[in-house]
Amino acid sequence: MTKTPGHISPQKFLDELRRFQKGSVTRRHFLGVTGLGLATAVIGGAVPGLRPRKSYAALSGTLNFTTWPNYFSQENLDNFTKQTGVTINVNVFGSNEEMLAKLQAGSTGWDVFVPTNYTISTYKQLDLIEPLDLKLMPNYDEKSQDPRFLGPGTIDGTVYAVPKDWGTTGFIVNTKEVSQNPASWKEFFELAQGPLSGKVMVHDYQLTTIGSAAKALGYSFNTIDPKELAEVEKLLIATKPHLFGINSDYQPSMRNGDATMAMCWTNDAAQLHRDIPDMKYVLGKDGGEIWVDHYAVVKGAPNREAAYAFIDYILTPEINAKEIQAHGTPSTDARCLKLLPKEMLENPILYPAAEQLSALEYGAAETLTSPARAELMARFKSA
Amino acid sequence: MKERRSRALTAALLAPAAMFFVFLLLVPLVVVLVFSFGVRGPAGGYQAGFTFDNYLNLAARGKAFYNTLTLAPLATLLTALFAFPMAYFLALKANPKYRVALLVLVMAPFWTSQLLRYYAWIMLLGNKGIPSWLAWIGIHDVRIINTPVAVLIGAVYGFLPLMVPPIYVSLEKLDKRLLEASADLGATPVRTFFQVTLPLALPGVAMGSMLVFILLMGDYILPQFLGGGKVFFIGNALVDLFLQSRNWPFGAAVSVALVAIMFVTIYFYMRFVLSKTDTRRAALV
Repeated sequence: MTKTPGHISPQKFLDELRRFQKGSVTRRHFLGVTGLGLATAVIGGAVPGLRPRKSYAALSGTLNFTTWPNYFSQENLDNFTKQTGVTINVNVFGSNEEMLAKLQAGSTGWDVFVPTNYTISTYKQLDLIEPLDLKLMPNYDEKSQDPRFLGPGTIDGTVYAVPKDWGTTGFIVNTKEVSQNPASWKEFFELAQGPLSGKVMVHDYQLTTIGSAAKALGYSFNTIDPKELAEVEKLLIATKPHLFGINSDYQPSMRNGDATMAMCWTNDAAQLHRDIPDMKYVLGKDGGEIWVDHYAVVKGAPNREAAYAFIDYILTPEINAKEIQAHGTPSTDARCLKLLPKEMLENPILYPAAEQLSALEYGAAETLTSPARAELMARFKSA
Repeated sequence: MKERRSRALTAALLAPAAMFFVFLLLVPLVVVLVFSFGVRGPAGGYQAGFTFDNYLNLAARGKAFYNTLTLAPLATLLTALFAFPMAYFLALKANPKYRVALLVLVMAPFWTSQLLRYYAWIMLLGNKGIPSWLAWIGIHDVRIINTPVAVLIGAVYGFLPLMVPPIYVSLEKLDKRLLEASADLGATPVRTFFQVTLPLALPGVAMGSMLVFILLMGDYILPQFLGGGKVFFIGNALVDLFLQSRNWPFGAAVSVALVAIMFVTIYFYMRFVLSKTDTRRAALV
């Protein structure tokens, strides 16, 4: 008995076809048992145009993909599964700290994950991510990347992570409910403690929550100065009783009206504004964060081949363009930008004016490992 | 010879449970205890050391202990109050024909994911749910979601299916002749309930309460979802310490404190319950 039969009777073929149509067996099983898979592979291999990616033939199993809320196109993921037979298991996290903690604890089973610029050097230092084998991802083209965003993923000339997309951290205001016109983090916190008491949300994430509060006080987004942090803590703890919630997944509450103002990332702002035009995205004129998220491969990834195939697939300009259209985060890839509709490229949420961007800061690696910031956040939450 | 063989058999039968107990409970507990005297590593995590700082710092999570130690018992009590009439009806009043079906229905919520059910509660308790219905009948500005009340509602809803069966079992075993005897001796139904039915059902209530209380003390998903980060339990503090601020030693100290509190509470609770049920049993005989 061989696993792949040399021939199959017409009756058996029809039986298998019926089973496949009814959904009792997977496509893989059907192709395998009927020999059609082999036939397709042979024919496909003979016609170069039909050969999408050579490496796909060897892929199987599950890919564990760890990312952020509302930050991927389900359609793209489904298509990857259709093309490769690799099912994707998506884990969603609300902070880089949480991802780091899981990886530090070990045995996550993750293959690909999405770290933010300021964390990559720490991951490399702790030996948690592998240097990327760019040969395995021919669709990544460094030359087409916006050079502004290439710094964080490359350490000592070695590429550890490739840019996914970039964005900003501001806040979203439901202008139907909020008549004030806040333009800065200072006003954000004043409104939160006053007229908008009970209606405001901040992230469950030290970098943005502490950083934005620091901006409201006129300090650096990345401050780790004990005196400045003490003031930040006072501001946050005074604000806490007035908050609606502390959560990085704020879209549901903004959509159903529980919250009317929330700390917000570009992608969520674009999605909220697209569905509810009254939602206005504001970049604090006193500053805030600019970020660039990356794809990285976890060291010892159980399904390393699939991990590379996945990154390569998702960075294909046409597929990446669909990705960007689904979650609304600006692309770093010039090839991808060419494929996006004009109104998206002119959307000020995605592409704020240059003078607004100049006030923003990148997160700094020290904030990730700083015990002072970590403990401040924990005290704020347990207050 | 015979005795030795039977002893070997006993050992063989106990071995799996003993191994489980040692490797999955005692060893991890020792690790947690050791960690609790260590210091936070430079990038987070654990670094060997010997300090009491983590224990001296416990007060920094005072609010979490306070929230858990007030809301968990309150939620347990409320769940028992809701569960008792249900179990009473199922055991004594319901048509025996439908009894099994009704018991299955009590368990039905477990067939869908707990997370999904909490998400449903977020919608129900949020702005467009119950508060908007209340506004419709003239009660305005009610806030439920992200308050302790929401957590209590979620707890009663979530743990009711765990509380009903033990109470049901103890009521079902209840000898109905005792109730008749009580009536014959002139006790009113109310008096019969408080002096006969309730004491005999006490072991079930105690069992169910214990189960719910233990689960609530360590819960973090319920306060996270329905408390929105504003109703903070020890469980949330632990998740934070291990997953966000990565201060494992302090997290270990909080865990040890939680285990100690649970141990003492459960010990005295069990002693109290046993003394109650024992005297009753003696009195009945």
